[in-house]
Amino acid sequence: MQASPPTTTAVTAAAPQFCARVDGVSKLFGTFAALRQVSVDFEPGRCYVLLGENGAGKSTLLRVLAGLLRPSFGKVRLFGDFEPQDVRDRIGYMSHAPMLYDELTAQENLRYFAKLYPGRPCLSPAEVLRQVGLDPDLPRYLGQYSQGMRQRTSLARVLLPTPELLLLDEPFSNMDVESARQMVALLAKFRQDNRTIILTTHQRELASPIADWVLTLHAGRVASFEPGAPTL
Amino acid sequence: MTRALWTHLVKDLRIEWRSLDAIISMLFFSGLVVVLFSIAFDPHGEFAQQISGGVLCVATMFASVSALNQAWSREIRHQVMDAQRMVPSPAAELYLAKVIVNFLFVTIVQVILAPFFFIFYNLHVAGQAWLLALVLPLGTWALVGNGVFFAALSMSTRNRELLLSIILFPIFIPALLAMVQATGDIFTGDSDPMLWIKMLVGYDIIFTTVSLLLFDTALHAD
Repeated sequence: MQASPPTTTAVTAAAPQFCARVDGVSKLFGTFAALRQVSVDFEPGRCYVLLGENGAGKSTLLRVLAGLLRPSFGKVRLFGDFEPQDVRDRIGYMSHAPMLYDELTAQENLRYFAKLYPGRPCLSPAEVLRQVGLDPDLPRYLGQYSQGMRQRTSLARVLLPTPELLLLDEPFSNMDVESARQMVALLAKFRQDNRTIILTTHQRELASPIADWVLTLHAGRVASFEPGAPTL
Repeated sequence: MTRALWTHLVKDLRIEWRSLDAIISMLFFSGLVVVLFSIAFDPHGEFAQQISGGVLCVATMFASVSALNQAWSREIRHQVMDAQRMVPSPAAELYLAKVIVNFLFVTIVQVILAPFFFIFYNLHVAGQAWLLALVLPLGTWALVGNGVFFAALSMSTRNRELLLSIILFPIFIPALLAMVQATGDIFTGDSDPMLWIKMLVGYDIIFTTVSLLLFDTALHAD
């Protein structure tokens, strides 16, 4: 019988050896294989940068890890032997889109999502907005934000429930270089708490200061898996 | 009421209050149906009593569908639905909140429309008028409960608006029939509408329970 997933936020020394294990995963969309026999282990407290051209399968891999897509073949296990769907409260997923309501302010959006994590201690919306470099009292609806500001608010939403596994799909897109560097510094702090980050990007140089490992995908397969040279 | 259900409700009401999209479009549409039918049939006397139940139900149904098509539009935009799929709170509460909010919107439209309806159709209720306060909410709940569920199911399809009507209308027919018959009986006072009201209650219980049980599966389908 499977044990119930722990709900504590602290990642202790007794944490499993692998934060996420992807074992022979393939994902088919009709006859198109977005992922082909991908097998990777992700250790806790590391930052993994996924690279690859458009259509290489980076976003699909993140969505499979997040439990938003079920693999056609193979299996994904998180935090020991849990399926992603069983540990959703421990995963933070940020997509290309902000995944927030245009008609609410940033704080209203975050307050709303914070209340949907029962039993999980969430950061204060104002505090997390300040962390991502936004004014929490800005009296504007999200629909009136610039793309970069939406991206930061989206990151704030993801950080809110202090997830142990952070999945970020193109977090630096639509961001100026300085803002992207601030985000990298914030992610470095996040990783120091022994939390795992898996991010996709086309801007390798921006992510390299926190990249412990660089995984390159090509046509749905793992083309290379190399150690990075993190400086943060 | 659980905290998550209340949270979803407050969010949906706040968003609607800021735009009034659903209520305005429903009011316009149902008002148009009532006026057009009154011109087309020139309803007076007994004839008006007979057709008014059907007209009221049709106006409600088409107006509701225009709102139901937009029920999940804010979740589709910017992939908010993915964020909803990632939160650990029960999906059934998200569904229930959407149903309650849309039920409120349709009820508001019915309340605003009612005086005009009575004026245009020169109606005098021959039966027990208070039963309308039972029949209309029950029928509306049947429509909205199914509509929100099937709108969620058709969310990832290309022709979602067309698909919703194709799926929803046949399934809603038993409730529509009961609603039309019951309101007709109340307006004319010819027969007892209780059988139809019981049918509406049964329909609501069955379909709401099934939708609540299946919504999590529908939400997390690839």
